Amino acid sequence: MFGFSLRPRKAASANTAKERLQILLAHERSGSGGARPDCLPQLQREILEVIRRHMQIGDEAIDIRMERGDELSSLEINIEFPGKLGVN
Amino acid sequence: MSKDLTLEEPMGRVIVVTSGKGGVGKTTTSAAVGAELARRGHKTVVIDFDVGLRNLDMIMGCERRVVFDFINVIQGDAKLKQALIRDRRLENLAVLPTSQTRDKDALTKAGVEKVLDELRKEFDYIICDSPAGIERGAQMAMHFADEAIVVTNPEVSSVRDSDRVLGLLNSITDRAGKTGAEPVKAQVLITRHDKARVDSGEMMTVEDVLEVLAVPLLGIIPESKAVLRASNLGVPVVLDDPSAAAAAYEDAVGRLIGEQIEMRIAADPRRGLLQRLFRRAV
Repeated sequence: MFGFSLRPRKAASANTAKERLQILLAHERSGSGGARPDCLPQLQREILEVIRRHMQIGDEAIDIRMERGDELSSLEINIEFPGKLGVN
Repeated sequence: MSKDLTLEEPMGRVIVVTSGKGGVGKTTTSAAVGAELARRGHKTVVIDFDVGLRNLDMIMGCERRVVFDFINVIQGDAKLKQALIRDRRLENLAVLPTSQTRDKDALTKAGVEKVLDELRKEFDYIICDSPAGIERGAQMAMHFADEAIVVTNPEVSSVRDSDRVLGLLNSITDRAGKTGAEPVKAQVLITRHDKARVDSGEMMTVEDVLEVLAVPLLGIIPESKAVLRASNLGVPVVLDDPSAAAAAYEDAVGRLIGEQIEMRIAADPRRGLLQRLFRRAV
């Protein structure tokens, strides 16, 4: 009706709220992100274990980042090595 | 070897955001205060103490990036560095999320102290977002605090609960138990203040609330549409578009770090008839 404006109309924030909740709750209900959050400490230990069979790294050398998405989630695992690659 | 205390590195200050009553704005305040401190250049971390009902991550907009949490760190399953989520907007800001699947018994005094001691070395301010209530989670959040922000709505049950919380800050905290220690420095932050309703006598005035609680006032946050919008978007209100609430939080943070800022009662401008007809989206 009178709904014209000189400024472009911003997307209503309520839609963003609903979308964020849907994505988050879908992950929480399925206990996921691709993986249950509680399994991540174990995943981290196992990754360290496997790498230690071949290289010497410390407990803090591993950094796991996650980004949960709508269609796709990503798990980014960075492992730092001291100096040059110390392959046994 | 004895160390000269004055020569030790400056340690971060632990500030608990607490209230007793739920829904008064603790998490909104924790996010806004944390973000404003970081924007002013202070290294700041905000910790969620509401084990089992994690929500700070949503308000800060990092809910999709939680990997490890506070409980994982306490239990030795992850290093602190791995659990801290660095804010993508402000480099000085970090969030330590809590566990969504555990309960408050996972918080141990020794575990919390160890994590806070480590954070004090890296951060200037450690903001502890307390759960509602006065049970274990809330007590753990306040236990090691140097300062407290008691979030209060000008409403009878909220003020009563704030009084109870002020009593606990003075009796059960680490500072309360140590002889010779300064007590926890507690200040009240009045939120959801509606000037029109105060003026018409429907809502208690700031003076009324302060007279009852008898602690210093940190700030007055007006009722503002900006708060719901910010939470919808996952942006601390001080980082979203300018608003009366954001300005009030900026003032409150200035006072928190010792600036002299005159107390003012702000309110968002009311939209006029024309604006309402043109329906500018908020």
